[in-house]
Amino acid sequence: MYEKSIPLHMLPIGSFGRVTSLIAIGNSRRRMLDLGLIRDTKIEAVLKSPSGDPTAYQIRGAVIALRSEEASKIIVEKID
Amino acid sequence: MGLTAQSTGPQVLKELFNIEAEPYEFIVALVGNPNTGKSTVFNSLTGLKQHTGNWPGKTVSNAQGRFQHKNMDFVLVDLPGTYSLMANSVEEEIARDFICFGKPDVTVVVTDATCLERNLNLVIQILEITEKVIVCVNLLDEAKRKKINVEIKELSRILGVPVVGTNARDGEGLQELKDAILNMISGKTKSNPIKIDYDDDIKEAVKIFEPVLNKIIGNKLNNRWTALRLIDGDETIKESINNYLGLNLSDDIELISLYDRLEEYLAEKNIEDEEIRDRIVSQIVCFAENVVKEVVSFENKEYYEVDRKIDSVLTSKTLGIPIMLVLLGIVFWITIQGANYPSELLAAGLFWIEERISELFFNIGVPDWFHGITVLGIYRTLAWVVSVMLPPMAIFFPLFTLLEDLGYLPRVAFNLDSFFKKAGAHGKQALTMCMGFGCNAAGVIACRIIDSPRERLIAIITNNFVPCNGRFPILIALATIFIGGNLGVFRSAFAALSVLASVIFGVLMTLAVSWILSKTILKGLPSTFTLELPPYRKPQIGKVIIRSIFDRTLFVLARAVTVAAPAGLIIWLMANMTVGNISLLDYCAGFLDPLGFLIGLDGYILMAFILGFPANEIVIPIIIMSYMSAGSMLELDSISAMRELLAANGWTWLTAVCTMLFSLNHFPCGTTLLTIYKETQSKKWTLVSFIVPTLVGFMVCFVVAQTARLLGLV
Repeated sequence: MYEKSIPLHMLPIGSFGRVTSLIAIGNSRRRMLDLGLIRDTKIEAVLKSPSGDPTAYQIRGAVIALRSEEASKIIVEKID
Repeated sequence: MGLTAQSTGPQVLKELFNIEAEPYEFIVALVGNPNTGKSTVFNSLTGLKQHTGNWPGKTVSNAQGRFQHKNMDFVLVDLPGTYSLMANSVEEEIARDFICFGKPDVTVVVTDATCLERNLNLVIQILEITEKVIVCVNLLDEAKRKKINVEIKELSRILGVPVVGTNARDGEGLQELKDAILNMISGKTKSNPIKIDYDDDIKEAVKIFEPVLNKIIGNKLNNRWTALRLIDGDETIKESINNYLGLNLSDDIELISLYDRLEEYLAEKNIEDEEIRDRIVSQIVCFAENVVKEVVSFENKEYYEVDRKIDSVLTSKTLGIPIMLVLLGIVFWITIQGANYPSELLAAGLFWIEERISELFFNIGVPDWFHGITVLGIYRTLAWVVSVMLPPMAIFFPLFTLLEDLGYLPRVAFNLDSFFKKAGAHGKQALTMCMGFGCNAAGVIACRIIDSPRERLIAIITNNFVPCNGRFPILIALATIFIGGNLGVFRSAFAALSVLASVIFGVLMTLAVSWILSKTILKGLPSTFTLELPPYRKPQIGKVIIRSIFDRTLFVLARAVTVAAPAGLIIWLMANMTVGNISLLDYCAGFLDPLGFLIGLDGYILMAFILGFPANEIVIPIIIMSYMSAGSMLELDSISAMRELLAANGWTWLTAVCTMLFSLNHFPCGTTLLTIYKETQSKKWTLVSFIVPTLVGFMVCFVVAQTARLLGLV
């Protein structure tokens, strides 16, 4: 279980992850919560922008783009 | 400056929220996530044309409109789109404060049927504040297209408030929505909103505050909700309570002592500060998740496949940016190609009328000076403004609005974000920049969607680098008549390319100046940013055309015309009042000429930009008027004659290029500067916004002009 935990920005496009924890603090954390990013939320990495960052993720039915700095503060467990 | 608790009603609304309502009118607040079609609901209900677009964060301030239903009068207040009311941003605070303290008679929460789960988060938060809530499940047509089914009745049963399904773009469900609003106000429907059953620790923590709040605030607020905010450590709600209810919570000894109790309690339970917010939000989100499981069914789990496919092309590594440029290029090409003929026709028509008026004036013996002021001054400038501006605008705006409606702009922001990040700017600056294409003042207001004050200032200061309505015609006109001039069939294509190049140059300047600002006077790191890529929507072409012509084209034209009339008068007076032997116009232009020459322009052009300060739309007409009054009286009855006039006054391709560059990079117009002052509340930053683009303009034009001359290109 633990080995599979990776920061969200390392989740390959097309694969799914499940949120295990948020390491963001303050405003950034509150924004993530607003998007419904709580423990056990399923996320799919959908698209990369032309330069590779930001990446768009499917979160609770919405497509949200996050810069790698933000995504790296969301720890997910990859679902196979 | 607290108000007394007694002062409620219209007076308070006016003073605190800038809402004008008569005592007999009912107040309906409209809230919702960004991009749920909230503005469309607003427009459909009120008939007011607020510009809507398919990208998040369009409504940036309180808009209000009115409607009547069954002989009752309603004032509808459109609040900023937010994901939450937990006061993470200015918009959320505005929305929250209005719902809490503006005491709307009904609050309508607009939600997106295709993304209900995320939307319910906000619905639930609002239900905790007030029970006079109606949930509007909008975009049902999109949901249907994606084979998503929402059980409206079941949703209403679970939430305990009326739920109305709508398809606001086609007006479907709006009667029901109005009925629901009326029934709630008349007391016909009673709501019994669901309350989230928080875990025991939270409940206990709420109990610490609730009784004391009941004592201090009474029934003016939902104190369970207020207690939740206080245990969450929200300071902004305390400030708002002080402001709107005339209380002073910060000095209340009893309340202060409760914070110690809370701390003890949390320590005892081993709960960290941030964990409270996590737990509150988690429980709301879980609840929303369960509701959606009950009421939403997906016939086709892969409902987003089509969007995904389009996105994979439009944002692809190789094609993403080229497609963006090609699309913009096509828009310009269609604009230039399409505007050519109508422009000539309009010019010919308007100048034919001018001759008739002149004849009439001559026949009835109107004095020369009067003819000069009214016909040669005011009318002629107006005619130029209309014939040069109207056709390109009437083509460009609908096309641009179409792209906006489709949902393309957030993809542009997505594609460009890495550049903005490197420039130390906020990702949403790409959106505010796009908004600037319409109007820089609107772009500056749109900068409110950027939370970080540092990045917001960068976005505000650099917004002027993209050409607005008023400046597009300058670019298009010069590109058409001068640069594309004698290239035969390729004329429009070449002109379109040069407009595209100008826009790209403007974007590059935006990035470069943002980078410089973020390394110097606005130092800092880029802040967090999330950007929603909303589903693509089928644009309603007919409505887009009507809306963009009436809302944007005619609006801008009206503004230009109001400024052009007095400007025409001033120009005519300046051309006809003499100091010694030289007209005032020539005198001023002569004074500015050396400076103008340095940067590839001439004194008249520079003066036109200065006189064009109220509205850039009149720059070209002023240039033409000045040249015409300065002697070379050409019969200007066609656009192509303009080329001869300019050439006769010493224009070369370099003059055209420098004028285009200077129009991109110079001081913002009066309206924009005023808006910047209002938004920043700072003379210093307004001044910076004035100086930065002007300085850039002088430098760029100087370098271009001197290099071209040095290389002997002119």
